[in-house]
Amino acid sequence: MPYGTVAEQISPQIQQALIGIVGKENVICGHEELLVYECDAYTLEKNLPNAVVLPRNSKEVAEVVRLCAKHNLPIIPRGAGTSLSGSVLAVTGGVMIGLARMNRILDLDHRNRRALVEGGCVNAWVTNAAKSHGLLYAPDPSSQSACTIGGNVAMNSGGPHTLKYGVTTNHVLGYEIVLPDGEVLWFGTTPDGGEDVDGYDLRGTAIGSEGMFGIVTRVLVRLIKAPQAFKTMLGIFESVDDASQTVSDIIAAGIVPGALEMMDQLITQAVEAAYHFGFPTDAGAVLIVELDGLGAGLDKQAERVVEICKQNRAREVRMAKTEQERADLWKSRKRAFGAIGRLSPNFLTQDGVVPRSQLPAIMKFIRQTSEECGLRIPNVFHAGDGNIHPLVLYDERDPDQVRRAIDAGNVILEKCIELGGSATGEHGIGVEKIDFMEKQFTKDDLDAMRKLRSVFDPDQRCNPHKMFPGSKRCGDFHHRKQISA
Amino acid sequence: MNTHAPEQFLDEDKSLACIHCGLCLSSCPTYLETGNENNSPRGRIYLMRALQQGRQPLGDATVHHIDLCLGCRACEVACPSGVQYGHLLEHTRDHIEKHHSRSTFQTFLRRVAIEKVFPFPTRMKLALLPARAVKLLHAENFLPKFAREALSLIPDNPSAGKLPEISPAFGEKRGTVGFISGCVMSVMFGDTNRASVKLLNRAGYDVVTPPAQGCCGALHAHSGRLELARDAARVNIAVFEQHNVDAIIINAAGCGSTLKEYENLLHHDPQWLDRAQKFSGKVKDLTEWLAKDLDANKPATPFKTKVTYHDACHLAHAQRITKQPRDLVKAIAGENFVELTESDVCCGSAGTYNLTEPEMAERLGNRKTENILKTGAQIVVTSNPGCLLQIQAGLRKAGASNVKAMHIADFLEEFSQHP
Ligand SMILES: Cc1cc2nc3c(=O)[nH]c(=O)nc-3n(C[C@H](O)[C@H](O)[C@H](O)COP(=O)(O)OP(=O)(O)OC[C@H]3O[C@@H](n4cnc5c(N)ncnc54)[C@H](O)[C@@H]3O)c2cc1C
Ligand code: SF4
Ligand code: SF4
Repeated sequence: MPYGTVAEQISPQIQQALIGIVGKENVICGHEELLVYECDAYTLEKNLPNAVVLPRNSKEVAEVVRLCAKHNLPIIPRGAGTSLSGSVLAVTGGVMIGLARMNRILDLDHRNRRALVEGGCVNAWVTNAAKSHGLLYAPDPSSQSACTIGGNVAMNSGGPHTLKYGVTTNHVLGYEIVLPDGEVLWFGTTPDGGEDVDGYDLRGTAIGSEGMFGIVTRVLVRLIKAPQAFKTMLGIFESVDDASQTVSDIIAAGIVPGALEMMDQLITQAVEAAYHFGFPTDAGAVLIVELDGLGAGLDKQAERVVEICKQNRAREVRMAKTEQERADLWKSRKRAFGAIGRLSPNFLTQDGVVPRSQLPAIMKFIRQTSEECGLRIPNVFHAGDGNIHPLVLYDERDPDQVRRAIDAGNVILEKCIELGGSATGEHGIGVEKIDFMEKQFTKDDLDAMRKLRSVFDPDQRCNPHKMFPGSKRCGDFHHRKQISA
Repeated sequence: MNTHAPEQFLDEDKSLACIHCGLCLSSCPTYLETGNENNSPRGRIYLMRALQQGRQPLGDATVHHIDLCLGCRACEVACPSGVQYGHLLEHTRDHIEKHHSRSTFQTFLRRVAIEKVFPFPTRMKLALLPARAVKLLHAENFLPKFAREALSLIPDNPSAGKLPEISPAFGEKRGTVGFISGCVMSVMFGDTNRASVKLLNRAGYDVVTPPAQGCCGALHAHSGRLELARDAARVNIAVFEQHNVDAIIINAAGCGSTLKEYENLLHHDPQWLDRAQKFSGKVKDLTEWLAKDLDANKPATPFKTKVTYHDACHLAHAQRITKQPRDLVKAIAGENFVELTESDVCCGSAGTYNLTEPEMAERLGNRKTENILKTGAQIVVTSNPGCLLQIQAGLRKAGASNVKAMHIADFLEEFSQHP
């Protein structure tokens, strides 16, 4: 069986050495207990690591990494395992290093608006801790209640508010990283330093490296002042096309909303069934438009947005009247992926990007694809960025559906590239989108990326077989028999 | 290891609703403490499915991770996919109890203490006698850890007491409610039960407490003995059918959540389903019922003490009641109410968890105590007897004699204005 098996047991000596570093409770070795670590939130490909270790601090991480280097074992960093592209998959086994026990906020410096957190700290905890000072951590992936800052750094994650505030790299000042040989370095602004960095600023290198450059153990993040006021609107449209046109028109009018999100009919129905927010289930699409900033100018902008919606035949534009209503609306949006569990046992989400003007075209293409492959494909996405998230629904117990789902995902991404966009906005390449790298990048680009990687990881041991064409896949991926779990 | 052919003990659709997204991880107390995904909701569901699909036999490690689950159901609140984790857990536990052989000691704990003593108030009273003797003699150190932990929970002055079958409303009558006196409640928290009845009387309700009522079945259901739980449900349904009441009030969150789920428990029993639905529909937590009339709760004298509130899992997660108790406490404490960090992370009490998993119970207890002390509150209010015992024990252990843990009924009765 090429798949779902233990690659090879690591020797009892190495097990003992790992236990010596992190303690018995924090080394997971048996098949039974490794099972859940065979995949992340991308469940189409699976393979077991040989061991999972849960260190407590940077020192323990470095010791584990050195031990693995000595025995030439692959290492795979793991945060909360919410990746949607299989970036945490142990393709050829190895030692998975989980940061779940390194989850503390070490320091919150509200005067200088920064926080020092451990790599395993949950994204939402940072904002929760900063709230009482009127501050927040801006990158807000929809998975923020669980995903970790270390994982966000590795994936350069964004969220609904990326449109105005940028992605993770815009909010990380510096971080500590344990390189694959066990060396511990600090990139970027240090916790006790000013914003400027002496010499080369290497901060950007490992952000978005999908865990292939080392393990991020501590992160210094920037906090921003929470906006004074919000205007959060829900535009209800008869068709996706009308909603898409509205998106273009809002941006063209020179308005930069904090967030601009779209949900189509199918997802609206699922979300409504789950959270009873009061979404109309017969509308073709809904748009969430959030304006933020100083209270004074917002009303005017909001009027303008309502006008634009109406010009595009919006049936109705609702305004959140209370903070509670705003919170409920965002809760519904952020948990939309999850509501899918109510429609289908499995989903495959794609994360392509198209120029905003091509939104109607790609949405039409997705509808056609859905009809052709006979699978439902609801959509909920960051419309302002042109970052689509078609969710291909399938049942993993039916191998034919699995095949059709994979194919549908692929043709949609190919279309994105054809329309002048790219194959991933924020979920990363992982193992899932390896095949697209050659379509999107030239050989020279890929070579340059490989070279940069080999500076950090000359042996290609750190999160191997990701991102680059020619990487190993788990078993015979495309033709494998589906085993379900 | 105990091998057997895969048996379909889980509802496929309910378990497949888990899409492996991981959003539940950070809400799970045992994951927060250990960082091990096998101790997380996603991990446990993975183990359950692997078991059901025959990917692996029922091994000790799986049993351990399922045992370690508190059943607190924080994961259900966090899950965007609507996974009914509590349901999956009960069926998995039922399966484990049927197919897995435990050590003699664990069997004794589970079969004798949990099934034969706790649910029967008189037996529990007898069982408490030697325990109190040990406490008086300070002989705790001669006992194994689990027993020491269990002992530390027993309040110094438990109050028992039977309630009258009928307690008439004070002043103008607004209706009649039934009252569930509970097993632990009636043995250790007699005063709290009396306070609850008085609060209801003062709100204008006649309170009927039928003496024939029995254990709600929660302890059985949570430890995987569904048939026993069903029997308990049938007894209570039949008893309350004899009284014409507007609502059936319970002041213990753990029992309340089970009472509200009788219809699930009896869903494949056509003779009882209808009756169970009627019964469950009437069950209300005390706070749910009292919060309908917040104005009735005003402080007797200006209130100066800092108060915080701990969410009992079975109220916040199983019944999704978080606002009403806070509103009631705030009506008294006003500005002096402070939020508790991780207020809805389980305190480790979880029914009989502190007997079966004393180490994790202690870790979570310490975590809760630290958070309570950080608020600087002098009173911590909650709404479940198990939490109350656990929090009291934690505070005692930390030497925090200035902080008092109170059941919400006692708190309201002591500090609200009585016309
Ligand atoms: C329901 C749902 C909604 C989502 N919404 C969004 C969204 O809106 N925007 C978005 O960008 N993403 C989103 N994601 C994807 C995912 O949550 C992000 O990629 C997130 O950043 C992953 O964080 P994690 O802690 O779970 O990391 P993991 O999934 O554990 O790991 C992801 C990658 O990071 C590496 N890694 C993890 N921790 C470290 C570390 N400390 N040091 C070095 N490398 C590390 C891993 O090796 C892996 O390559 C969503 C996922 C789900 C399930
Ligand atoms: S949040 Fe729900 S769907 Fe997601 S992993 Fe947890 S139980 Fe499964
Ligand atoms: S019930 Fe509580 S302890 Fe059990 S998996 Fe859910 S959150 Fe974790």
